[in-house]
Amino acid sequence: MMNATEFLALCLQIGFGLILAAVALAFLRLLRGPSLPDRVVALDLMTVSIVSFCGLYAMATRERAFLDVAMSLALVGFLATVALARFAERRQAGKPSGKEGT
Amino acid sequence: MTEVVAGVLVLLGGVSALIAALGLLRLPDVLIRMHASTKIGTLSPGLIMAATALHFAEGPVTLRGVAIMAFLLLTAPIASHLIGRAAMRSGVPLWHGKEDPHAPGPPDGPSGPGPALPGGGRPSPSA
Repeated sequence: MMNATEFLALCLQIGFGLILAAVALAFLRLLRGPSLPDRVVALDLMTVSIVSFCGLYAMATRERAFLDVAMSLALVGFLATVALARFAERRQAGKPSGKEGT
Repeated sequence: MTEVVAGVLVLLGGVSALIAALGLLRLPDVLIRMHASTKIGTLSPGLIMAATALHFAEGPVTLRGVAIMAFLLLTAPIASHLIGRAAMRSGVPLWHGKEDPHAPGPPDGPSGPGPALPGGGRPSPSA
């Protein structure tokens, strides 16, 4: 029977593994995504998963600065998602005949 | 006691992140993939930030966790709305039936001659 601290350490290790598996699967979708919005969705999920990873790492090392990293990463990830979505929309609007351009 | 609750929250957050990634990888369409990734993908940092706030049990850390979650809850609908609009306007192929519209197919590549895919299955994509 383990005590509570060992249980938390075990849960943190399992959580690291799960988050890394999620990032790896999202990266697979990023590689094989058939269209540009698929890749944007995969990047969005990867960013959110890395925010979770920063929270876990802050818990594991008792380092509070990683929460600031997580907050700024959430901000930058939102801006990147918005910019990529605008890019995907505008690239198609510029060329309505479905050509792959620019 | 708080360690046990924080550990359970961490496990739930990790499992939900993995479910989001599996849905992103397995589902057949851009919009259905967004259905998996946006909602569950917002749940998992929420659970992990709650675990962090419980683990540290300090004012500034709790404030940062609440700020991160408020920001994610504010921005995730906007981002997914923009991606969905871009996907609809750029005319990606949508999923109408049992067949996958994309030629490269689902990620179960080498499981080609699987004998009994339930629901008819799909033809193995020439693996």
